[in-house]
Amino acid sequence: MAESIRTVGLSLTAGGKRRVGPLNLILPPTGTTVIMGPNGAGKSLLLRLLHGLIAPTTGSIVSAGQQAMVFQRPVMLRRSVGANLMFAVRRAGGTPADCQRLLAEAGLADLAGQQARSLSGGEQQRLALARALACEPDILFLDEPTASLDPAATLAIEEQVSKAASTGTKIILVTHDAGQARRLADDVVFLHDGILCEHTVAAEFFDTATSPQARAYLSGQIVL
Amino acid sequence: MQDFTEAFRLAFALVLSGDADLIEIVGLSLRVSLSAIVLACLIGLPLGAWLAIARFRGRRAVLVLVNALMGLPPVVIGLLVYLSLSRAGPLGSFGLLYTPTAMIIAQTILITPIITALSRQVIEDLYSEYDEQFRSMRLSQRETITALLWDGRTALITVALAGFGRAIAEVGAVIIVGGNIDHLTRVMTTAIALETSKGDLPLALALGLILLVIALTVNALAMTLRGKSDGLAHG
Repeated sequence: MAESIRTVGLSLTAGGKRRVGPLNLILPPTGTTVIMGPNGAGKSLLLRLLHGLIAPTTGSIVSAGQQAMVFQRPVMLRRSVGANLMFAVRRAGGTPADCQRLLAEAGLADLAGQQARSLSGGEQQRLALARALACEPDILFLDEPTASLDPAATLAIEEQVSKAASTGTKIILVTHDAGQARRLADDVVFLHDGILCEHTVAAEFFDTATSPQARAYLSGQIVL
Repeated sequence: MQDFTEAFRLAFALVLSGDADLIEIVGLSLRVSLSAIVLACLIGLPLGAWLAIARFRGRRAVLVLVNALMGLPPVVIGLLVYLSLSRAGPLGSFGLLYTPTAMIIAQTILITPIITALSRQVIEDLYSEYDEQFRSMRLSQRETITALLWDGRTALITVALAGFGRAIAEVGAVIIVGGNIDHLTRVMTTAIALETSKGDLPLALALGLILLVIALTVNALAMTLRGKSDGLAHG
C-alpha cells in the first residue's frame, strides 16, 4: 500500500475552545500507529478527524484507500451476528463464503444465528472488528477497542488487529493502555491538550521519551 | 334494560351466524383500511426516515407541520377530498366520489401524517445510535434509510398498527366521501352510526363488537411487538 496519512495545519475548535492542533503529522504507510495521551488530549477527536467523521476547523488531511473504524462502544445492528457481518460483506462486494470466513477468523462461527446485541462485550467488539475488516480496509482506525474488556477478550482483539496489520492494513489505534501500546505499536503519537508532543518509533518512545508530558505519563504520574 | 339484553343476544347471534350483510361490511372495512395503511406506509415510512436523517433549512418547521397534521380532524379531510373528487373538483373527472377508492384516499391522507411523524421519531432514535457507524461505512442516504427501516421494523410495525387502528375506527371522512351506500361504501363505523340512528341496535352492536375485537387484537399485537422491540434494544 502506498497510501499514508498526512495532515497539514489540522485543527479543530469546538465551543470556542481549541480541541486539536494545529497538527502537522505524517503517518507511516504500514504498521501500527498508536495515539496516546491523557484524558482530554484529543485522541478520539483526532481519530475522527483523520477518518472524516468530523470536519476540521482549519488544515487539511491527505489520505487514500479504503478506511474503516471500530468504536469504543461497538454499534450492533438489530440483526443476527451473521446478518451484521453480511451487511458489511455485501457492501464490499463479498459473498456469504467471505462472511463465513470472517466469522470463523473472529471465532464467532458458532454464534452466527444469535442476535448480535445479546453477545458479550468482547464478542460484540470482535464482530465489530470483523465487520470493519470486511471491506478489506487500507487504513483501520480503532478507538480504544478494548477499553472495557477483560484480558481474554483484549487478547482476542489484539490478535485480530495484529493479523490485520501483518497483511498490510495500516492500523491507527487510540489507547490508554501503555501495555497494549508496547505490544502493538510500531510508532507512537503522543498528544497533550490537543497538541502533538511527540511522534516517534515505539521503542524510542517507551525508552527515551523526550517530552516532559510523555515522560510523566509513562511514569504513571497524573498528567492534567 | 330487557331491550338491551335482547339487543346483545341478537348481536351475538348475528356474529355467530355469519350474517352475509355483516361479513360484507366487515370485509369492506378491512379492505379500505388495509389498503389505506399500505399506501400510508409506502409514503410515510420513507418520508419519516428521510426527515429523521436529513438536515436542511426549515426542517423544524416541517416537523411541526407533520406533527400538527396528525391532529387534523377527519371531517376536514373528508370535506377536502369531497371537494377534490366532486364533479366540479380538480379530480372530478375520475368519478371516484362515493366509491371505496375515495374512502381509501381519505383514510390514506388521514393516517399518512401519523405514520410519518411516528416513524420519524422511531428512526431518529435509531439513527442517533447508528449515525457514526453508518458514516464510517460511508453509506449513502438511500442505504442509510433502507438499513434504518429494516432495523426499526419491529417498532415500525407498531406504528403501522397504530395507523390501522386510527383508520378502521374513523367515521367522519369516510361517511362524507363514501356516502354510506348499502352494499357499496358501507363500512363498520358508518353502519354503526346509521343503524343506531335507525334504532337497529343488534346490527350496530354486532359491528361494535367486531370493531372492539379488531381494536383489541391490534393493540395486543402492538404491545407484543413493542415488548419484542424493547427486548432487542436492551438485549
